[in-house]
Amino acid sequence: MQLRSLVLAGLVFAVACGKKKPETTPEPTSGPVAPPPAPAPAPPPPPPADNSAAEAAMRAQLMGSLTAPIHFEYDQDAISSMDAAILDRKAAIMQANPSVRIRIAGNADDRGSDEYNLVLGTKRATAAKRYLEAKGIDGSRVDIISYGEERPLDRGENDAAWAKNRRDEFEVVSGAERLVPPR
Amino acid sequence: MQRWLILGLLGTGLLGVGLAGPATAQVPDSSRAQARDTVVLYGRYNPAVRPAIVILPGPGIDSVRSMFARDLDFSDRFEIIALPDGGAPVAASDSALINYQLYRTLRASLAVELSGESGNVTVRLFDLLNERVRNEMTVPVDGSGVGEARMSVHRMSDDVVGWITGRSGVAATRILYLNRVDARVYRVDSDGYGAVPVTPPGQLVVSPTWSPDGSRLAYTQLGGPGPGVIMLQSIATGTRLTVPTTDQGQNITPAFSPDGRTLMFSRMTEQASNLYAVNVADLCCAERLTAGRFAQNLSPVYSPDGRRVAFVSNRSGSPQIYSMAADGTDQDLLVPYDFGSTGSSYAPDWSPDGTTIVFHREFDGVPQVVSFDLASRVVRQRTSSGRNEDPSFAPDSRHVVFVSNRSGRGQLFVIDLETGRVRQIITPGVARLPSWSRSLTRGR
Repeated sequence: MQLRSLVLAGLVFAVACGKKKPETTPEPTSGPVAPPPAPAPAPPPPPPADNSAAEAAMRAQLMGSLTAPIHFEYDQDAISSMDAAILDRKAAIMQANPSVRIRIAGNADDRGSDEYNLVLGTKRATAAKRYLEAKGIDGSRVDIISYGEERPLDRGENDAAWAKNRRDEFEVVSGAERLVPPR
Repeated sequence: MQRWLILGLLGTGLLGVGLAGPATAQVPDSSRAQARDTVVLYGRYNPAVRPAIVILPGPGIDSVRSMFARDLDFSDRFEIIALPDGGAPVAASDSALINYQLYRTLRASLAVELSGESGNVTVRLFDLLNERVRNEMTVPVDGSGVGEARMSVHRMSDDVVGWITGRSGVAATRILYLNRVDARVYRVDSDGYGAVPVTPPGQLVVSPTWSPDGSRLAYTQLGGPGPGVIMLQSIATGTRLTVPTTDQGQNITPAFSPDGRTLMFSRMTEQASNLYAVNVADLCCAERLTAGRFAQNLSPVYSPDGRRVAFVSNRSGSPQIYSMAADGTDQDLLVPYDFGSTGSSYAPDWSPDGTTIVFHREFDGVPQVVSFDLASRVVRQRTSSGRNEDPSFAPDSRHVVFVSNRSGRGQLFVIDLETGRVRQIITPGVARLPSWSRSLTRGR
């Protein structure tokens, strides 16, 4: 007798529920009803100009430090403390960039013996090289050359011109395609 | 009064020797001249006496006559007597007669006549006191006044100087120098004419020096093909070659040995600058001659017998003049100095007669040309006006070319060590580092 009641109740229930179900919209299920949406793309990058300008500026600054000249007193090859700081910077950059090779060109003003000025230029280039070696830069990375008084920057016959000409110039020979700043 | 005394003595001397015969006569060094009729010198030339000489006017070959007059003047061995404004009678070229009386009243003892035409010039030297032709030659002198033609006139002048003094003149020589404006080596005739560039443009070159036979020069070239190579260049063809081993280090201040077979130079490295010698006759066999550690040795120059070398060294502190045997042994200070007070000394040259070193030394920082007599050990300052440096001897061992800024910019000047007379060689640009050749014989 109970079983018949249950079946009847179930039937009634099913009819009743059956009557209800067609009135509700079936919810979308997680089943493969529709193709899943494509994965969202990476966030769009910032505009390209900003970054390589910063890189270029950094490189220019490093090259500028590598090629900055240093200067000397008349008939002297001693490194001043100001120029020592310039050389310190070069040493640091060269340590951070082990493939960089440079050439130091020593120069003199046009006073003094023309031929002895070639020797003076060698002494000035050598002085800068020795300084860099003392800072840990291997000598094989540094070439030297003297131009004596043969390549003046300023042909004036006055103290200002002569002071400009008494210099070491620094040229990057190789290994500077990518430069990283020193830590 | 003194002039008549000298002329009188000279005349007496000439007469005396003439009477005694040519026993003490010297054969002039005129073997190069095509002499039709050469007369042997009478008497001995006394360098303290400057013969008074008049150059006779004549038709044609004006350029030859004026070049000749200038060469005689630049020899500093004669007193050139100017002719009066009214001129003087012109001698017929086929006559041995000139107006001896007239020229003696001008106080001349010798007269030179040039006659003929370009290509065929007759030179006659008249002894005015004895009223005779002393020397005569006909030479194929080219009077066109350009290039090698000028050298033919200069050789004639040198022969005439040799007739009179027993020693050839130095007109037929050239001076190499560096022009600061275009960094090229130029050569110029000793009388200041005919400056032409020698080295190619676009190079950095320094320290030109003549080979003894005048056929080539050596110099340093900076910055390529090596940091500082030494080039040998032919004067005639311009052909260049690199001296072996000079692609190592930077090689400067080359100097030829007197036989032209060896080239000595300084090689600069980080450690030191040392003297090396290379056999340039065979282009081999480099050897190192000095072994300075942290010292600089440069600017070598050979003695005329090739056995010793003077050079600059700063081994005792300041650059001074040292000497050594040509093989590098027996090195010693050559020119004395007072340590701490004497200025630095540079750029020595050795006179062809072996007696004198010239160099420049700084006096309160200003360079002056200085001579050092090897026998007497006397050091003598020779210049005082402006900055004066880089002296180079002429083959007569008495004229020295050097650079001075006394006229405003670096120019070549020539000083005669015997009379002190200074003349300027005006060149285009700014002149540096001169080198005076030996006598340039025919064909060079």
